[in-house]
Amino acid sequence: MDTKSILLVGVGGQGTILASKILTTGLMNADYDVKMSEIHGMSQRGGSVSTQVRYGKKVYSPIIGLGEADILVSFEEMECYRYLRYLKKDGNVILNDYQMPSAPILSGKAEYPEGLKEEIVKKVDNSLVIDAAKIAKEIGNIKTMNIVLLGALIKSMKLDFIDWEDVIRNNVKEKFIDINIKALKRGMEVV
Amino acid sequence: MKKLMTGNEAIARGVYEAGITFAAAYPGTPSTEILENVALYKDDIVAEWAPNEKVAFESALGASIAGARTFASMKQVGVNVAADPMFSFSYTGVNGGFVMVSADEPGIHSSQTEQDNRYYAKFAKLAMLEPSDSGEAKEMVKEAVKISEEFDTIALIRMTTRVCHSKSIVELNERCNVPLKNYTKNINKYATMPAISMKLRVKVEDRMKKLEKFSNETPLNYIEWNDKKIGVISSGVAYQYAKEVFGDTVSYLKLGFTYPLPMDKIKSFADEVDTLYVIEELEPFIEEQIKANGIDCIGKDKIPNVGELNPHIIRKNILDKENDSLDTDANKLIPRPPTLCAGCPHRGVFYELGKRKNIMVTGDIGCYGLGALPPLSSVDTIICMGASVSAGHGAAKVYRNNNSDKKVVSVIGDSTFFHSGMTGLLDVAYNQSNTVTIILDNRITGMTGHQDHPGTGITAQGQETLEADIEVIVKALGIRNVKTINPLRLNEMKEALDWALDLNEPSVIITRWPCALKRRTEKEKNEFGSRFDICKVNESICIGCKKCLSTGCPALSFNLEDKKAVINENMCLGCEICSQVCPVNAIDTIK
Repeated sequence: MDTKSILLVGVGGQGTILASKILTTGLMNADYDVKMSEIHGMSQRGGSVSTQVRYGKKVYSPIIGLGEADILVSFEEMECYRYLRYLKKDGNVILNDYQMPSAPILSGKAEYPEGLKEEIVKKVDNSLVIDAAKIAKEIGNIKTMNIVLLGALIKSMKLDFIDWEDVIRNNVKEKFIDINIKALKRGMEVV
Repeated sequence: MKKLMTGNEAIARGVYEAGITFAAAYPGTPSTEILENVALYKDDIVAEWAPNEKVAFESALGASIAGARTFASMKQVGVNVAADPMFSFSYTGVNGGFVMVSADEPGIHSSQTEQDNRYYAKFAKLAMLEPSDSGEAKEMVKEAVKISEEFDTIALIRMTTRVCHSKSIVELNERCNVPLKNYTKNINKYATMPAISMKLRVKVEDRMKKLEKFSNETPLNYIEWNDKKIGVISSGVAYQYAKEVFGDTVSYLKLGFTYPLPMDKIKSFADEVDTLYVIEELEPFIEEQIKANGIDCIGKDKIPNVGELNPHIIRKNILDKENDSLDTDANKLIPRPPTLCAGCPHRGVFYELGKRKNIMVTGDIGCYGLGALPPLSSVDTIICMGASVSAGHGAAKVYRNNNSDKKVVSVIGDSTFFHSGMTGLLDVAYNQSNTVTIILDNRITGMTGHQDHPGTGITAQGQETLEADIEVIVKALGIRNVKTINPLRLNEMKEALDWALDLNEPSVIITRWPCALKRRTEKEKNEFGSRFDICKVNESICIGCKKCLSTGCPALSFNLEDKKAVINENMCLGCEICSQVCPVNAIDTIK
C-alpha cells in the first residue's frame, strides 16, 4: 500500500497529542510502519499544535508536506484553515465545530475571522463538520472531545478493524477508560 | 519487543542497552527528554541534571576516566558551553566509552541560533554519527560506545529536532552489562600540559586516520544501488526526505558515520553515477569536504542552508515539481503568539518593569524571554544563557562612566542563574557596577518543561537533596543589597524596584513564586499555599478601559459587544495581577 498521511491540528491543551499517541500505537499494533511528528509552539497553553502521522508498508519522512495529507483532522476552526494547504486536493477534512480565540482576538486587537468553516466545506468535497464538544458533553466529559474526533478519523480512514479499545485501555488512566471508549464509539458513529 | 519511540527516548534506550552507567545533561530543547528518559533506569544508571552543559560534560568525562561507560547530552547551543572540556578531552581520549549528543535545531523553533554542530566534530576532531530515525538512534548509541573505546575518542551523536521529536518503531534489546575498566594513573594521557598536549596532538591525527579507515569499512555507511543516473549522498533525517522524494529511482550513499567521512567510499560511489547530489540539512558540511577532494557534486546550489529541510524543498528544487495544494488566504488568519501562562509569576515583574523609563533591561534565555513581546515589551536584549547579568554589567559601567543616569536591570531565571548567571553576578560585585539583577525564581526549570535543578532540592531521579539558597549565594558573591519578594504583589515589586534603582551599588531582587504550571510539593504548599481562588470581573463596575488586558494574561479577554473585560474561569489561577491593575476595583477573587 501507499503511505497514508494524517494531519491533526488544534490548540495547545485540546488533547491532540494523546489522540495521536493512541492512533500511532494502534497502527503499530496492526503491523504498519509508522512515523509521527509533533510541532508545537513555545507556549504550553494556547499555541497552535499539530501532529503528523504517516503509516504504510515503509515510511520514510516523518513530516507531511503541502498538498500531501490524506486527511486533516482539526480540533479548531481557524487552525483547520491554517493547515488546509497541507491537504491533498482530493483529501478529507474532519472539522470540529469549535472556535478558540487566540491572544490578539482575546485582547480585542483582532476579530475571529468569519466564514472559514463555510469556505473549508466549499473547498473540500469530502468534509465532515462535527460538534465534538456537544457529543463529549453528552457523554459526560468535555475533555473527551479529542477521542470523539479520533473515532471519526478511524472510521473515515477505514481503520476500524484495529482493536482500539485495547489501545485505549493501555494508554489512558484507569478511571477514564470507559468514558474514552464511549467517546471513540460515538465518534465512529458520526461518520 | 517493538515500541514507538521518539528519537530522544530511543537514545535513552540505547544508553541503557549499551551498558552506560553514568549520564549527565542540562535541559534544552530539543535534547531535554533524553536525560529525562535515561533517569528512569534508576537501578542501572546514575542520571543527573548538571547546573550547565560544561559541568555535565566534565562530570561525564571524569566518570569515563574512572572507567565507566558514560554519556552527556545537550542542545546545540549547549555544546558551545561545553566546548572547552570537549576539545581537551578529545586530546586525552577516554577510558570507559564516552558518548555525547548534540541536538541541533534547524528552523530555530526554540533556540537562539541555528548552528550545524557537525562542524564541532571536524573542529575538535571527534568521531561522529548521525541517526536518521529512532531505530538508528538507539543502535548508534551502542555503536558509538564501542567506537569510543576502540579508537580512544569522544563519540558525538548529532541529532536534529525532527529526529529527536518524531516517533518511529524501535526494536528493544537487552542491556549489556560491562565491568568498570581499570584506571591507572597516567599523566601522559590525562594531563593536558603543553609538553604532553603536543604529543597528544600527534596521537589525535593518527586516531583520525584510523577512524577514516573505519568510516570506509563500517556498515553505518552503505550504498543502495538503483538507477545510476542520479546518485544521492545524504545523512540524518535528510536521507529520509530524499528517500521520500526519489524512492528507489536513484542510488544512495547513506552516511551514518559522518566524521571522518568515508572518502574512498564516496569516490567510488561518485565514479559510478552520472550526477551526484549531496542532500544535507543546514550547512554544506559533507559537500565542502567532497569538493575539497576534487569530486564534483551539486549541493547547496539546490538545497538551502537556512531552516529545516523537508521533502517539498527537495522535490521543488531538484525535480522542479510541486504538489497541488488548496488555495487559502493567509490574510484571513489571526496568529497564535506564545504568551506567559495565566498565573505566571513573571507577569507582575515585567508589568512593573514596563512602566519604568530610562532603564535598559537585559534579558536571558527562558520563558521570561516572552517579556520582550507585546503587550509587556519590557526586555531589551536576549543573547545567551547567563548573558543578562554580565551584559548588564558592561552596559551599566558605560552609562556610569559617561555620566548617564540610565540604569540597567538584568533579569534571569533560577535555573539560568545556576547555569551561568552566578559568574556574571560575581563580576558585577567584583568590578562594581550598579546593576539591578532580578532573579525570577519560579522554583523549577520552566521553559523546557519542569526539570529540577540545584535550587529545587530534588534530583533528576527524584531523590531529595540539598536545596541551594539563592539569597545566600548572592550574598556570598558579594552583593550586599538583596531583597526576596512575592512577584504577585505589584506593590512589593514596585517598592523593591524603587529601592534598587535608587542605590548606587549593585542589588539583587529575588522574585520567589512557583511556576503556574508546576505541581506543588508538600513543602511548597506550606510556603505558597495550595491552589488559588479565581478572579471575576464585576460587570457593573468595569468601565471597559482594557487596563487589565495590558498584562497580557491569556485568561483575560474583551467582550466587544458590551465593552467589558471577561475572565476565562478555566484558565484563571487567581494570581490577582489584573485586579491590582484595575483602576476601578472591578476585579475580585471568588471562592
